[in-house]
Amino acid sequence: MSSVPASAFLALALILFCIGLYGALTKRNTVIVLISIELMLNAVNINLVTFSKYGVSPSINGQVFALFAMAVAAAEAAVGLAILMALYRNKKTVHIDEMNEMKH
Amino acid sequence: MTFSGEFFAFMALALVAIIGGVLLLNLNKVVHMVVALIFTFVSIAGIYILLSAEFVAAVQVLIYSGAITIIMLFGIMLTKPYDESEATTGKWRKILVFLGVLGFAFAVYLGIYHLDIQQVPTTLHEDNTLQIGKALYSKYIIPFEFVSVLLLVALIGAIILAKREDKEGDKE
Repeated sequence: MSSVPASAFLALALILFCIGLYGALTKRNTVIVLISIELMLNAVNINLVTFSKYGVSPSINGQVFALFAMAVAAAEAAVGLAILMALYRNKKTVHIDEMNEMKH
Repeated sequence: MTFSGEFFAFMALALVAIIGGVLLLNLNKVVHMVVALIFTFVSIAGIYILLSAEFVAAVQVLIYSGAITIIMLFGIMLTKPYDESEATTGKWRKILVFLGVLGFAFAVYLGIYHLDIQQVPTTLHEDNTLQIGKALYSKYIIPFEFVSVLLLVALIGAIILAKREDKEGDKE
């Protein structure tokens, strides 16, 4: 059938997810944090599409779920960026460690 | 494992995707990070084609390497672009996060390393878009409509959040 095993695709998705997780937890610029979250969602989409082909019962459902996840991710990016714009207008910063009004 | 064309295509695409991610973590300028991530998104589209998901690959190129990258570049350019100073504190935090992510990766890798699912012949590559369309409009019609509502809510919400509040005196 295929010369690339399913675990190779899953390992690639795992590596991309870990890169996104590290970036989201350590980067200081909020835009980069948002785009790291997009990378994590993308890695999960790879898993969905992999199991839609190499899973126990292959079907088109995995690809449809990946499309739904992409729609939700696009909405999340738009709303996240709008929140960032509103925050920047009020606080003049995009650094995520300075957005701490709810602490005090 | 035989060394077929599919294997080499997978290795090249995976390498470009991971290099894009590593560049995202290591570059200094914010715009360069976003542009580095375009490589990752395009190679993930190639991975989708290897997995016989042509329609998802096209959507990936349109939405991720097109729309989301452009909207993130707009977000960078509308905010202050030239302050890229890294925080001086938090070295320990970075190391701790790195160790945590490494432990997570190891734990998940243990789970997927011995994964051996019997491969079944599929018909996903034949009329892929037709199959997706049929599934979307029959089995998944309710979630499909909900996604349209979600996109409308996100559109209106984003406009209201990002709208300039220059008439504050009138509001009082």
